[in-house]
Amino acid sequence: MIDRETVKHVAKLARLGLTEEEVDVFASQLSVILENIAKLQEVDVSGVSPTAHASRLSNIMRADIPQPCYPPEVLLANAPEQEDNYLKVPPVLEES
Amino acid sequence: MTELYTLTIHEAGELLRQRKISSVELTRAHLDRIRALDDKVKAFTLVTDDLAMMQAEEADRRFSSGATVSPLTGIPLAIKDVICTKDITTTCSSNMLKNFKPPFDATVMERLNAAGVVMLGKTNMDEFAMGSSTEHSAFFPTHNPWDLERAPGGSSGGSAAAVAAGMAMGALGSDTGGSIRQPAALSNVVGLKPTYGRVSRFGLVAFASSLDQIGPFARDARDAALILQAIAGFDPRDSTSSPEPVPDFSASLNDSIKGLRIGVPEEYWVDGTQPGVVKAVRDDIEKLREMGAEVSEVSLPHTKYGVAAYYIIAPAEASANLARYDGVKYGYSYRDTNDIWELLEKTREYGFGPEVKRRIMLGTYALSSGYYDAYYKQAEKVRTLITEDFTRAFERFDVLVSPASPSVAFKIGEISDPYEMYLQDVFTIPANLAGICGVSVPGGFSNGLPVGLQLLGNFFAEDLILRVAAAFEHVTAYHTCWPKAV
Repeated sequence: MIDRETVKHVAKLARLGLTEEEVDVFASQLSVILENIAKLQEVDVSGVSPTAHASRLSNIMRADIPQPCYPPEVLLANAPEQEDNYLKVPPVLEES
Repeated sequence: MTELYTLTIHEAGELLRQRKISSVELTRAHLDRIRALDDKVKAFTLVTDDLAMMQAEEADRRFSSGATVSPLTGIPLAIKDVICTKDITTTCSSNMLKNFKPPFDATVMERLNAAGVVMLGKTNMDEFAMGSSTEHSAFFPTHNPWDLERAPGGSSGGSAAAVAAGMAMGALGSDTGGSIRQPAALSNVVGLKPTYGRVSRFGLVAFASSLDQIGPFARDARDAALILQAIAGFDPRDSTSSPEPVPDFSASLNDSIKGLRIGVPEEYWVDGTQPGVVKAVRDDIEKLREMGAEVSEVSLPHTKYGVAAYYIIAPAEASANLARYDGVKYGYSYRDTNDIWELLEKTREYGFGPEVKRRIMLGTYALSSGYYDAYYKQAEKVRTLITEDFTRAFERFDVLVSPASPSVAFKIGEISDPYEMYLQDVFTIPANLAGICGVSVPGGFSNGLPVGLQLLGNFFAEDLILRVAAAFEHVTAYHTCWPKAV
């Protein structure tokens, strides 16, 4: 069972704003989904190693040669706010 | 004269090379079709008419100057709006990326452009490819050309509907848990998910990186082979793309399937599959037997855990991938605040729709302290068991067959419970977890609505499943049926 407090905690971890109504809806929907997913626990996985991806490749390396990259103006073209070729955001650390 | 929009890619390619038709005519026929139908079908998020006509003229110049041409030169295609197109909006059908114009082309777009393809536009999808109906588009739902009150499936519903309605000759989609094969099934077109690593994911907006693959939609197997040929192969910009050599996918399409060993997974006949779907697919399997294939049952015992494992793994990866949408670098940004944390939380609150939020929540929960081992680790181990099921099956069989979806197209608004929607992908999810390839081909009808036959192949056996698909089409011709609703 997922309660409202858990929903709020997880939303905080994900930096996801939710309305009060969404908190209620997700509490009940996530509970139903997790109930259905719970059957995973019945599988005997002793001695089974986990699969993180299906590519069956490991450590594909390339030569360490510098490649041309995009000029800042191109990369900043979609930025919500910018100043002097930097991304602009509200202060993260305040002066005390 | 045959309407140009009804031609297949290989038929039109012949006519283009013989200079019997021009790419401009072919492209105009599709743009006219879009103008006539897309108000009802809503397959496109953006129609790039001017670009298409420019590319068509360029293709015609290539034909008349004797320059090198490819089987796709001058062919009008549609592109799912999750694939980056340089300076052309790539929205993922999300308010978050409504105005996002990528500074680069995805590798698949570079390759299609080099082949001389004409891009008609970008197609609608479930937001960030999360969904099975295209109802989760933040803009509008797409309607199924076979019955406009019904959904075309998803998440690549726009691409499937565009090809089904003759608004594009083929299309690209992406498949993380069935997002190409399920809409192909519901819309009576061919949809192929390549082996993980066969096609570069560079420039595919990430949903679940260990599962995502780009693949083609087309109206027959030969066309799907041509599109796959153009986009497949190693790409240094995607370290998960495979150095495995790319065969000629068209070479063996005419070969008989006599003696091929076809396995029917007994676990794929679950309660809840519609009787009309079961009947159609049972008949399809009988046809394959009559065509000389050796058909017998096979067991994939961990199948029933596929959906559960997927709905831990995919949301977990999504919650990490979608952390990039923070209102700082690009995309929607809430700026009515001086507090950075409020900027982040409100950006994501207003930028994402309900299904995306649900999956971010589910994934974050599964990865959070105290639940990681019970959920994520357990799901990754079950993923290993599902993969081993396939490994054992492919020791005895060349191809596995099943329904592509448990139901025919459902009405828009009919499935409101999220978990019930997740079950749409019960037959397609295991292939993504294992990384093997699969294709859905038109497999008949139930009450006038299309049923998809899924053919699963081993790693890098796209040539084999396409060969079975082509042989099956030759005998059944279901793929030549056109929707009456449009």
